[in-house]
Amino acid sequence: MGIVSRGFKGRRSEGPPDRVPPGQHLTDDFPVLSAGPTPHTPLEDWTFTIEGGAEPLSWSWDEFQELPSETITADIHCVTRWSKLDTVWEGVSVDTLLDRVEHEGSYLLAFCDGGYTTNLPLEHVTDGKAWVAYGYNGQPLDPEHGGPARLLVPHLYFWKSAKWVRGFALRDEDEPGFWESNGYHLLGDPWQEQRYWGD
Amino acid sequence: MAGAAVLGRLTWLAADVIGAAAETPRVRTLRLHADEWPGHRAGQHLDVRLTAEDGYQAFRSYSIATAPDDELAITVERLDDGEVSPYLVDELREGDRIEVRGPIGGYFVWDASERGPLLLIGGGSGVVPLMAMIRHRAGTGSSIPARLLYSSRTLEDVIYRGELDELAARQDGFELFHTLTRSQPEGWAGYGRRIDAEMLREVAWPAADEPQVFVCGSTRFVDTAADGLVAIGYEPQSVKTERFGATG
Repeated sequence: MGIVSRGFKGRRSEGPPDRVPPGQHLTDDFPVLSAGPTPHTPLEDWTFTIEGGAEPLSWSWDEFQELPSETITADIHCVTRWSKLDTVWEGVSVDTLLDRVEHEGSYLLAFCDGGYTTNLPLEHVTDGKAWVAYGYNGQPLDPEHGGPARLLVPHLYFWKSAKWVRGFALRDEDEPGFWESNGYHLLGDPWQEQRYWGD
Repeated sequence: MAGAAVLGRLTWLAADVIGAAAETPRVRTLRLHADEWPGHRAGQHLDVRLTAEDGYQAFRSYSIATAPDDELAITVERLDDGEVSPYLVDELREGDRIEVRGPIGGYFVWDASERGPLLLIGGGSGVVPLMAMIRHRAGTGSSIPARLLYSSRTLEDVIYRGELDELAARQDGFELFHTLTRSQPEGWAGYGRRIDAEMLREVAWPAADEPQVFVCGSTRFVDTAADGLVAIGYEPQSVKTERFGATG
C-alpha cells in the first residue's frame, strides 16, 4: 500500500478484478493516442504485406476482405491507465495470415502508415490471440482509431495493437518498435504491469 | 540524467506538495518535491498515484509543466466527472503528499540543444508539455526561433497567461499567437475561431524551414492541427502529437 493521500476517497470505478488489470480504471469513452497525424491511405492503395518468409506475401484491400473473418469481443487496456470492456471487432486472425507463409521467425515487427512499428513475439499473436481488425462495433474502423485496419492484440497493452497496420516483418530476434524504443516495455503484459523499461 | 533514469525500474516516489496555484478557474498547478526524482526532459509526463485510507488506489498520467532544471510541477485541469482531477484541483493542499513515478516518454520531448525553429500548437491544457519546452528555451537563454499557437475557449481559460505575455515581450525569438474559440474580449487582437488551415498558414513557418513541431490537445484539436500542417506541406513524420482523452 502506498502513502495515504489525505481526504482521497476515489470513485471506485475499477471494475471486476478478474477483468481489469492492476492500476487500470474503466472508461466508456474510446480515447485516442497517436504519435503523429492520422494517415488517410485510400483503400485502392492499401496492401497488407508479410516480409521475411520464404516468399513475400501481399494482399490488396479486396483480397484481404475475402479472407475468413471473425467477430472478436475483447477487453482492452491502454498503458495510460484506461481499460474498456467488451469491445467488439471484426477482422482476420493473425493465424490465418501466418498459415499462408513458410517461415522460421520467432518475432514480428508490425509496420504501419506513418512509420509506426511495434514488436511482438509470435507466441503472443498466434493461437487465436491477435487479429488484423477492420471493423469496430459493426462499422468500418474509423481512421482515428486505426482504420482502415489495425492490429488487435487485446491481451497486451493497447499500444501493441498498432493502428494503420500495413504488414509484418518476420524476425529471428526481438527488435524494439517505436514506443518500445521510447521508454515502453518490450512486451507490455498488463497483468504484470509491464508499462515501462525495467517493469 | 533522465535518459539513464528510465533504464532502471521507475519506482513510486513520495512527493510533497510544496505549492499550489490556480491558473484558471478550472486549472491548477501543483509544485512537487520528490527527494529521489531523477530529473526529466521538456515534454515528458509522470504517473500520479493516490491512495485512500482503505488502500484503494487511483492512477493518472500528467504532463510535467516545468523545465528540466526547475523544480517539478504538474498542471491539472478539473474534469467535472473525473475521479482524480477534482481532488488534485480542489482538495489537495500545500503540505499534502502524493506519489509520483517517472519521467515517462522519450518521443514528445525537446531539448534546447536541438536545431530549430520550434513550432508549438496547443489546445486547452494541451499547452502544459509545450510550456515545459518554452520554459526550457527561456531558461537556457536559447535564441532558437519559437512560436506558440494556443487555442483556448475564453481569455479566462488561458493557462500561464501572464508568464506567456512576459516571455513574448522579451522579443528574444519567442512569438505568441492566441485564438479564443468561444468568446473574445472587446478589442481582442488575436484570432477568434477554431484552429484551421488558414490560421496555420499564417502562423507556421514554411515547411521548407523544417521546424520541429509539437501538437498537444484533445483528439479533435490535434487531428485538425496535424491534418492542417500536412495540408500546407509538412511531412507527417515531422509532426509530433500528443492527444489526451478525458479520463478523469
